[in-house]
Amino acid sequence: MIGIGRRLLLLFPTVLGVLTLVFFLVHLIPGDPVELMLGETASRADLGQLRADLGLDRPLGEQYARFLGGLGRGDLGRSFFYRKPVLAVIGGALPATALLAAAAMAFALLVALPVGILAAIRRNRLPDRLALIGSLVGVSMPNFWLGPMLIILFSFRLGWLPVSGREGAASLVLPALTLGTALSAILVRMTRASMLDVLGEDYLRTARAKGARPIAVIARHALRNALLPVVTIIGLQFGALLSGAVITENVFAWPGVGTLLIQAITARDYPLVQGCVLVIALCYVFVNFLTDSLYALIDPRVRT
Amino acid sequence: MRKQPGGFTPTALIGAFLLAAMVALALLAPVITTDTPLQTDLEGALRGPTDGHPFGQDRLGRDVFAQVAYGTRASLLIAVSVVSLTVLAGVAAGAAAGYVGGALDLGIMRVVDIFLAFPGILLAIALAGVLGPNLGNLVIALSVMGWVGYARLVRAQVLSLREREYVVAARAVGAGPWRVVARHILPNALSPVIVQATFSAAGVIIAESSLSFLGLGPQSVPTWGGLLAQGAAYLLYAPHIAFFPGLFIMLTVLALNLVGDSLRDMLDPKSRP
Repeated sequence: MIGIGRRLLLLFPTVLGVLTLVFFLVHLIPGDPVELMLGETASRADLGQLRADLGLDRPLGEQYARFLGGLGRGDLGRSFFYRKPVLAVIGGALPATALLAAAAMAFALLVALPVGILAAIRRNRLPDRLALIGSLVGVSMPNFWLGPMLIILFSFRLGWLPVSGREGAASLVLPALTLGTALSAILVRMTRASMLDVLGEDYLRTARAKGARPIAVIARHALRNALLPVVTIIGLQFGALLSGAVITENVFAWPGVGTLLIQAITARDYPLVQGCVLVIALCYVFVNFLTDSLYALIDPRVRT
Repeated sequence: MRKQPGGFTPTALIGAFLLAAMVALALLAPVITTDTPLQTDLEGALRGPTDGHPFGQDRLGRDVFAQVAYGTRASLLIAVSVVSLTVLAGVAAGAAAGYVGGALDLGIMRVVDIFLAFPGILLAIALAGVLGPNLGNLVIALSVMGWVGYARLVRAQVLSLREREYVVAARAVGAGPWRVVARHILPNALSPVIVQATFSAAGVIIAESSLSFLGLGPQSVPTWGGLLAQGAAYLLYAPHIAFFPGLFIMLTVLALNLVGDSLRDMLDPKSRP
């Protein structure tokens, strides 16, 4: 338990660092963000009003303190485009992103675990070779290409699945496949390597020598130990899925935080840009923290 | 794939060949394309592959092959710039942290931890989004995160090499810290950096195309990602516009991954499976 306490302490500077990075985003905008948001035709009075609303007329230190104070109250500012609090706008989109990431993860696991295990058992034979080539192609394929190619095949040629949007379970299939493919390629390699490590262990030889059937050796003895490192990778990759979702969502017009972020960038809605980046980054940090802690709970060796 | 001693695996050769082909395409783009990438031909708009246009034409009738060829230039140029910048910055930061130690080490590694806690592609999207879409900003957005991995890698290498006998000997005969680091430590720490650079070049190409796909890349030169974004709007009538740039992204990334894998096996015998 000491490990988790220390990790929790280490979390604070990390979160503060992430918040600071996000705060400075808006201050990196070349030129006057207020003028960019309102356009060149805006009157001086309007410019001044918005500048005061956003607090950009205050000294930097005060802006930073107000930014952190606002976060403490759950106030991320107002979206300029939607004319609503940023948190409410993001809250409406977050479930869609979480659903997509979860579906992509489920798909990746369904493919990667059996393929990885099979590749390890049939090491250096045809299934192994095919799995390795497949995973190499999978990690090399950009998801903004895979998505459109899947649309051409399944939506236009075969007419099985909708092209975009979020209407019913069928509309989730292509985005989840697109987002999950690269992850499943990574997990195939991990599962295979991890199984190979375990398959060489003495206790497996013992189990085999005692006459356990091969399938029982794999299922009862090997798999349980082989999956531990895979669990860690799954956790760490779930955070990556959330940010990878930005691109996939935009391919399929999936109404999540990623689509919102790009809309906000296009509309120069900087408070919303800040909010989207902050929410995704914080999810990423917390998922990684949970994974670390979970790993420490499962594996006593890393507990100290 | 079993490797002969001193030889290359077939996959490594495929990777090297593909990579050489991409470099050749980038260098020879003006010679092997008959059209300039921006030359429009409205009568041929959205037309599929023909003899004169092997990859077809886009929505303004521009030659897709010419755009893919010039896009190769943009992508490789960006990848080389970003990797060079990040390697230089990361090696400098990592060597300083590892060799000097103390407060400097603590400070640098704290910054590294914060950057590592931030999802890379997200920061790049946000930076490119607020800085505005052009080539320079794209390189900045992709470089801001990239140095961190090298810094950690080099720091660990320097820490393990710092107390080796030959380094201690160099110090004993009066070599200054610059000389010790530059002549004795870094040359022995660079193998993993080279491997890492190959893999991150693949990552940069995907990230750069992602940003261009989202409309955050350079607007004045053809890019793979930009072309793919245009093609995504015409998937039903002109699937070739999206297909070819994506294929080239995949082949380039695949080539870099294959080369990276074999470099790792050659330079770092410990990680050999």
